[in-house]
Amino acid sequence: MAAYLIRRLWQMIPTLAGVVLLVFFLFKAFGGDPAEVLGGLNASPEQVDAIRQQLGLNEPLWVQLWIFVKQVVTFDWGRSWATNEAVSNLFATRLPATLTVMLPILVLDTLLALPVAMGVAYRRGSLSDRVVMVITTVALSISFLVYIIVGQYLFAFQLGWFPVQGWSESTATNLLVYVPLPVLLAVMVGIAPQTRLYRSFFLDELGQDYVRTARAKGMTEGVVLFRHVLRNALIPILTNIGLQLPGIFVGSFLIEVFFSIPGLGREVLLAVNRSDFPVIQAVTVYLAMLTMVINLATDLAFKLADPRVVLK
Amino acid sequence: MSAVLPAAAADEGAAPASEGVWHAAWRRFRGDRVGLGSLLVVLAFVLLIAAAALGLVARDWQDEIAVPNAPPTLLGARAPAGGGSGIEAPKGPNVDLSDIDPLAPRYREWDERARQYQTQERPKAATLPFGGDRLGRDVLAKAIKGTEISVFVGVAAALCATLIGTVLGALAGFFGGRAGDLLEWVYNVFESIPNILLIFAFAAVVGRGVEGVVVILALTGWTGMYRQVRAEFMKHASREYVRSAEAIGASAASRMFRHILPNVSHVILVRMSLLAVGFIKAEVILSYLGLGVRVDQVSWGTMLAEAQSELILGYWWQLVTATLFMAVFVTAFSLATDALRDALDPRLRGLE
Repeated sequence: MAAYLIRRLWQMIPTLAGVVLLVFFLFKAFGGDPAEVLGGLNASPEQVDAIRQQLGLNEPLWVQLWIFVKQVVTFDWGRSWATNEAVSNLFATRLPATLTVMLPILVLDTLLALPVAMGVAYRRGSLSDRVVMVITTVALSISFLVYIIVGQYLFAFQLGWFPVQGWSESTATNLLVYVPLPVLLAVMVGIAPQTRLYRSFFLDELGQDYVRTARAKGMTEGVVLFRHVLRNALIPILTNIGLQLPGIFVGSFLIEVFFSIPGLGREVLLAVNRSDFPVIQAVTVYLAMLTMVINLATDLAFKLADPRVVLK
Repeated sequence: MSAVLPAAAADEGAAPASEGVWHAAWRRFRGDRVGLGSLLVVLAFVLLIAAAALGLVARDWQDEIAVPNAPPTLLGARAPAGGGSGIEAPKGPNVDLSDIDPLAPRYREWDERARQYQTQERPKAATLPFGGDRLGRDVLAKAIKGTEISVFVGVAAALCATLIGTVLGALAGFFGGRAGDLLEWVYNVFESIPNILLIFAFAAVVGRGVEGVVVILALTGWTGMYRQVRAEFMKHASREYVRSAEAIGASAASRMFRHILPNVSHVILVRMSLLAVGFIKAEVILSYLGLGVRVDQVSWGTMLAEAQSELILGYWWQLVTATLFMAVFVTAFSLATDALRDALDPRLRGLE
């Protein structure tokens, strides 16, 4: 286990180096001149030159890369170009809001999709199975945008069941007042692909030999379904949840934009629109790191959950 | 994934009566009524897009042919609000001001000059079949033009991503070794960055416009295709028919693209259709956020962006029309893709 852990951590280094290189050269090659972005439209050539000097843009490429790597390692990205806010502060203040919205979405999505998927997989080919499949196909074909636009208009603006948008300091108020509508809409969107995916996992398991054996032994359908099929299907389902985990840190930027939730996704989008390179670069590199760590943790969790899993 | 294939490939030439994988797939596809129906819908859309691209329909989608926010014909024209303008006509007699008006001597000259230009009064329609937008443009024409752009972006990006993924996947799967490790490293790097962040990072540096969106989506979306093609090529590289080709002196390129590629093309085709659906949806969101097509172009995304503010004022028709076009196309395309996959790989029928 320890050897495995060390090897996996060791393997992360080249990938991380690749992420740093990709981000560095992407912005270096195509991103335009940061000094001009920073100087604005009215900057004199001397001012632009001073900014270039300050950012080290007149140094050779490898020195600039070294500065970039140092920023990554020391977690010191300086300040946002647009708002002059420290980039590290950005993570600390925006991430809680994102997680407040995204965690309930992930939990509800999974809890609602599981029973539906199991039910329709069990009655594969029946009318209800086909109806659910058709509904999910149509639901999938409508843009997330439409759900949010219509949902916000109908539930908040017309019916007044929820506030149209907003955010407060207290987590409890947020969870009770501002979060329900975004979560409701996101779950409506997320449940269709989730149900289809889990249905395919259950179908896979239902066709296995052990199901026939269990039935041949005279076990009730309930025992077959819940004690055998569900447990085995949980493995791919948990893998899928593990794959979704990194996403909850980015958040759904669409939801954050529409409901003006001060989260990380909205911040990145603002940064893109303002050509605020330090923010985009920092968020990209650190979320890549986080993704790798979460993937490792998921793999380790599997070992604990299922003794048959061999770590290699 | 493709257990039917080696058999079908081996049969080629040996027994002339046996049908190839594409024939068999078409036979199965024809039996799928849902798939066939969806394919017809998709073909109808393709015709519509071709007509729009050639300028046969919706060429003047930018013309302001109706009153602002003209309602759909079914609803009938809007009642004039409050009986015309709020200013009452003056009641007193007209006073001749020409004595004190400094511009008075030139009025006649200006009138004559104005008469030299021909002006034409174009009556603005009170209603349109699917309603009008804020500027009085025909929503139906916009939706057709938007279909052209949105579908073009999705399909073009899917083609580019497929090309990148297939070539890299083929190289990695066929050669392995150092080249394989290098490509695997590139893949890991792209995979470790959450997709939406990758798109944003590319959007921050790539310019706006249709080409920009295609580039962004293609450069960020090729990884899944790479992974699958690589796995298929690894599997096929050691198969007998490839070894035989090597024995008779086929070059590596010939083995990769003339022998193996046709045998994995069905996997690529299905994956590409899935990519196209995903990219069409992504384009809509990117355009909505202002990272997509330019303002002088129209796509489903820009229509939805306009629709948001219209909806609050009660003008719902642009939202409904754009959603309807998108939902019908994407549903038909997804169902056709499902049918295609079932036809090409019957073992997967009914799954997912």
